[in-house]
Amino acid sequence: MTATTTDPVLSFDEAMARFDPVLGLEVHVELNTVSKMFCGCSTVFGAPPNTQTCPVCLGLPGSMPVVNGKAVEAAIRIGLALNCSIAEWCRFARKNYFYPDMPKNFQTSQYDEPIAYDGWTEVDVDGTTYRIDIERAHMEEDTGKSLHVGGATGRIHGADHSLVDYNRAGIPLIEIVTKPVEGTGAQAPQVARAYVAHLRDLLLGLGVSDVRMEQGSLRCDVNLSLRESPSAPFGTRSETKNVNSLRSVERAVRYETGRQAARLAAGERVVQETRHWHEDTGITTPGRSKEEAEDYRYFPEPDLVPIAPDRAWVEQLKAGLPEPPRERRARLQQEWGFSDLEMRDTVGAGALGLVEETIAAGASPAAARKWWLSEMARRANEQGVELTALAVTPADVARVQALVDEGKVNDKLARQVFDGVLAGEGTPDEVVEKRGLAVVSDEGALSAAVDRAIEANPDVAQKIRDGKVAAAGALIGAVMKEMRGQADAGRVRELILEKLA
Amino acid sequence: MPDITREEVAHLADLARIDLSDAELDHLAPQLAVILDSIASISEVAAEDVPPTSHPLPLTNVFREDVHRPGLTAEQALSGAPAVEEQRFAVPRILGEEG
Repeated sequence: MTATTTDPVLSFDEAMARFDPVLGLEVHVELNTVSKMFCGCSTVFGAPPNTQTCPVCLGLPGSMPVVNGKAVEAAIRIGLALNCSIAEWCRFARKNYFYPDMPKNFQTSQYDEPIAYDGWTEVDVDGTTYRIDIERAHMEEDTGKSLHVGGATGRIHGADHSLVDYNRAGIPLIEIVTKPVEGTGAQAPQVARAYVAHLRDLLLGLGVSDVRMEQGSLRCDVNLSLRESPSAPFGTRSETKNVNSLRSVERAVRYETGRQAARLAAGERVVQETRHWHEDTGITTPGRSKEEAEDYRYFPEPDLVPIAPDRAWVEQLKAGLPEPPRERRARLQQEWGFSDLEMRDTVGAGALGLVEETIAAGASPAAARKWWLSEMARRANEQGVELTALAVTPADVARVQALVDEGKVNDKLARQVFDGVLAGEGTPDEVVEKRGLAVVSDEGALSAAVDRAIEANPDVAQKIRDGKVAAAGALIGAVMKEMRGQADAGRVRELILEKLA
Repeated sequence: MPDITREEVAHLADLARIDLSDAELDHLAPQLAVILDSIASISEVAAEDVPPTSHPLPLTNVFREDVHRPGLTAEQALSGAPAVEEQRFAVPRILGEEG
């Protein structure tokens, strides 16, 4: 059943004219550890169902969890990168609830003692910097994956029964929670999106997660409330679950703003509840009313001893943090001499690291940007993959540009070299060799071809002799055709003009 | 003195998915009150200088190396499942509370 309930919605502009939005964002990130949070099961994505489980993550009687040290390290590094304090001492807690995606009937999480707390970060939207305060980042485990059978769309609505795969149950998860984000006004949707994009870059830079939203390794819950004015107390919020693309984060904030504004404008109350996001229609529908924390009956996890990160270790991890994304972008833009627009396009295409590596491999900044943002972006788009998933390395791109600079291939041939590299035919040099793509630099062969073109087009040749240099284009075309594109057009032009001077 | 109402016991039973009849609620609620009383007497003994203890062993930071260890095959994992379909645990329709 698709969402058929349509709530009245006020236009975004109208909503903004009457109300002030307050955001809260909860981001769950799956760590890229080799093994799960509390057991040695594999975390590889896409394995056949229930092939990556053991008594611990299935919650079988008598099994005992042991904490993955690498996951704790990742949690601390994430906390530090978000300017958080790191707990001197903290415990795991059991969050008790019955739901088939959690075979233990509780989720091992952290409650009032998160490993990282009280941080902040900054995001830029159209030249304005917004400070986002971080409430906490805590460690927990992912749940299994349910498939709902019998409903028309595979969603929960109208499902007959559910099928559960526990491969994902127990994968280390870090939940990052912001404090209420105020003062964004009509920029709220863009700020929400920019924050999630910023987190993605930051986590990628830390190397702690694949952060692939389409595979669910980065998921966002969007909290939103409206109030009469920025000085009024917070309104009642809704929590929209599982908003799993950057675009959807922006859309979800926009939709919820309009929906809540319509209720408030009509004198109705906003209900505190979780809401489901519908990617296809861009709307939200009500889920369950929010359980109270006390209903989860949290208590300290007795099977896991407390964590007390050694201060020297924390300092060492802090010293080893990579350059923060904003500083890195500013530095690279300066070094490369890119305009704001060029930089934004490069970042937006997810090409920052690729361009950086291509430059490191010897290409000029302009050439590196040109290849990745035009030719490579087009091919990635055709294949429906990210740029980084293309079978072309920054070193390949730098080498192809070097071949162009050396005059061995022209731009047209360069594209054919990429065809070969993408088809797995080898390095750019091997493709040039195997496909015979090098431009003809044999002066004798070129000269002969030019002579033939002049002979075949006496009228054109006469025009050029008479000083109509623009007519040379037709002869260049004829020569290039004969050479099957493998000639340096500039050199061909020079030869024609010399011969017809 | 802590007190627990019949309604609170009913709510707890609901959260714990324990189906209690009215007669059972009448019978159990006062018993739970006695248990809470007994626990409360421990708080009276513990002074300010005694921190609440969740873990009796003086241990922290017990970590595991991040290495893959083989677990169960799908067949073994599913051997205790009430029902299996498409190599997954088949469970009854999820309750109305999730939408």
